[in-house]
Amino acid sequence: MIKLIDVQKEYENGTKALKGVNMTIEDGDFVFLVGPSGSGKSTIIKLITGEVKPSDGRVMVNGYNMGDINHKQIPAMRRTLGVVFQDFRLIQKKTIYDNLTFAMRTVGSRPSTIRRRITYVLNLVGLGDKANQFPDQISGGEQQRVAIARALVNNPSVIIADEPTGNLDPRRSLEIMKLLEEINRLGTTVLVVTHEKDLVNRFDKRVVAIENGRIISDGAGGYYNNER
Amino acid sequence: MSANQMGYHLKEGFRSIFSHGLMSFAATCMIVACLLIMGSFSLVAINIDNMLKDLEKDNEFLAYIDDNLSEEDAKNLQAQIQAVPNVSDVTFVSRQQAMEEFQKDKDEALFRELPPEVLRNRYQIHVVNIEQMKETVDGVKQVQGVAEVRAALEIAEGFVMLRNVASVLAIILVVMLVVISLFIIANTIRLTTFTRREEIAIMKMCGATDWFIRWPFVFEGVILGIFGALLAFFLQWSIYEILHTAIGNIANFSFIYLIPFKEISKYVLLFFLGSGFLIGASGSVLAIRKFLRV
Repeated sequence: MIKLIDVQKEYENGTKALKGVNMTIEDGDFVFLVGPSGSGKSTIIKLITGEVKPSDGRVMVNGYNMGDINHKQIPAMRRTLGVVFQDFRLIQKKTIYDNLTFAMRTVGSRPSTIRRRITYVLNLVGLGDKANQFPDQISGGEQQRVAIARALVNNPSVIIADEPTGNLDPRRSLEIMKLLEEINRLGTTVLVVTHEKDLVNRFDKRVVAIENGRIISDGAGGYYNNER
Repeated sequence: MSANQMGYHLKEGFRSIFSHGLMSFAATCMIVACLLIMGSFSLVAINIDNMLKDLEKDNEFLAYIDDNLSEEDAKNLQAQIQAVPNVSDVTFVSRQQAMEEFQKDKDEALFRELPPEVLRNRYQIHVVNIEQMKETVDGVKQVQGVAEVRAALEIAEGFVMLRNVASVLAIILVVMLVVISLFIIANTIRLTTFTRREEIAIMKMCGATDWFIRWPFVFEGVILGIFGALLAFFLQWSIYEILHTAIGNIANFSFIYLIPFKEISKYVLLFFLGSGFLIGASGSVLAIRKFLRV
C-alpha cells in the first residue's frame, strides 16, 4: 500500500513541488497519475522510490516510512517495487535474457530461480521467443515490454510506470497499457504516470490528477472527469 | 557473500575490463606510470640511504694512546675500548704502521727521515650508530691510557642530518605520489563508471545494496591494479638494470653504486603489488561513491 499524508516537498533551490498532497493506493489498485509537466508527478514517484525525502508530511510505501527510512533500508524497500521508465533504460550490451538476469542477480537470486522466473515473465509479456536478442534488434514497444518484464522479475507488489508510453506510437501504447492491466489483474498494484489523455480515457480506472503540486481530482472514469 | 555471488562479481569485474577495453587500458597505464614514478623515487631513496650507510661505516675516529705506555700495554687496551657502548670494531695501529701509512698517503720523500716515534700508537674505532658518535667518543676518552681522541663530529652530524633529510624527503614524496596516484586512478575509474551510471541506476532501482554494486568495480580495480603492478615491476627492473650497468661502467664514480636488483626485487614486487591492490580497490570505491547516491 502507498499512502501520502499532507506531503509537502520543497527542493533546495526553493521550488515547491508538492503543497499538501493526500493520496492512498490500496494493494491491487490500478491508478493513473496525470497532470501537465512540472505539476509534481515525478516528485511523487521520487518520493515513492526513495530518491528524495518529503519536506513535511508522511509517505508510507509497503510499510516503510519514507521520511525516516535510512540508507541501508532502501534496497529492501525497492525490492517491493518494480519501476518502468519512459526511455526503457535497458542495457544495450546485454541480451534481453541477460537484462532480466541482471535485475534478478541484483537481489541475490539463484541461477535456477532466475531461469524459471525469466521464462515465465518473458512469456507473460509476449517475448518468449526473443530472449537472445539485443535491445536494438527489437521495436520500441517490445523494448518497453522487456522493461516491464524486468520490473516484474523480482515479483514486486507494486509496479510504477513513469510515462511508459511516452516514446511509443498509439497502437504500441495501447498494447503496453493492456499488458499493465493484465499484470494488475494478476494481483500487482500498478501506478501509471502519464499525460496521455486519450489513452487514460480508454480505461475505466482510477485517475488522480495533479497540478501545481496539488491534487485537483481523484476518482474513476477518465482524465479530469472528476475536476473539482 | 556466498561463493556463488563472489564468482558472479569476479566474472562481472573481468567482463567489464574487456567490454570497456580502452578505459581499462587507460587505467592500467595510469597505474603503471604512477607505480614507476613511486618505485623510482623509492629506489633512489633506498640507494642513497645505502650509500650513506656505507659512508658512515667508513667514518672512523682515532684514539691516541699515552706515550708512556709500551706497545704491548697499548695493545692490552683493546678489550676496554671494545667494551665501550656503540663501538663496532677496533683496530690497533702501531707507530710503525702509522708512519708507513702516513708516508704512503703524503709525500714519501719529505717524511722518509722521520722516526716512527714522532707518532703515537693508536686505535681506529668504528661505531654501530653514527648518531651516538659523541657519547662513544666520550666513553673512549674515559679509558685509562687513552691520551687523546680525534673525531670528525661535524662530519658525523652532517651524515646524520643528510640521511634524516633524505628519509623525510623520500617519505613526503612517496606519500604525495600515492595521493596523486589515487586521485588519478579514481578519476580514470570514475570515467569508466560514468559510462555505466545507467547500469548502476538500474541496479539501485532493482534494490541492489551499495556493496553489491561496488564489488564488481572493486574486483575490476584490483585486477587492473595487480596487472599494472606486475607490468610496472618488470619495467622498473629493466630500467634499474640499464642504470646499474651504466653506472657500473663509469669508472670515475666508483663511490656511486646501486644495490643489485635481485637483492631487493622481492621487496619491490611486494611494494608494487600492495600499492596496485590498494590503489585499484580504493580508487574504485572512491570513484563509484558519487553514483551510489541514488
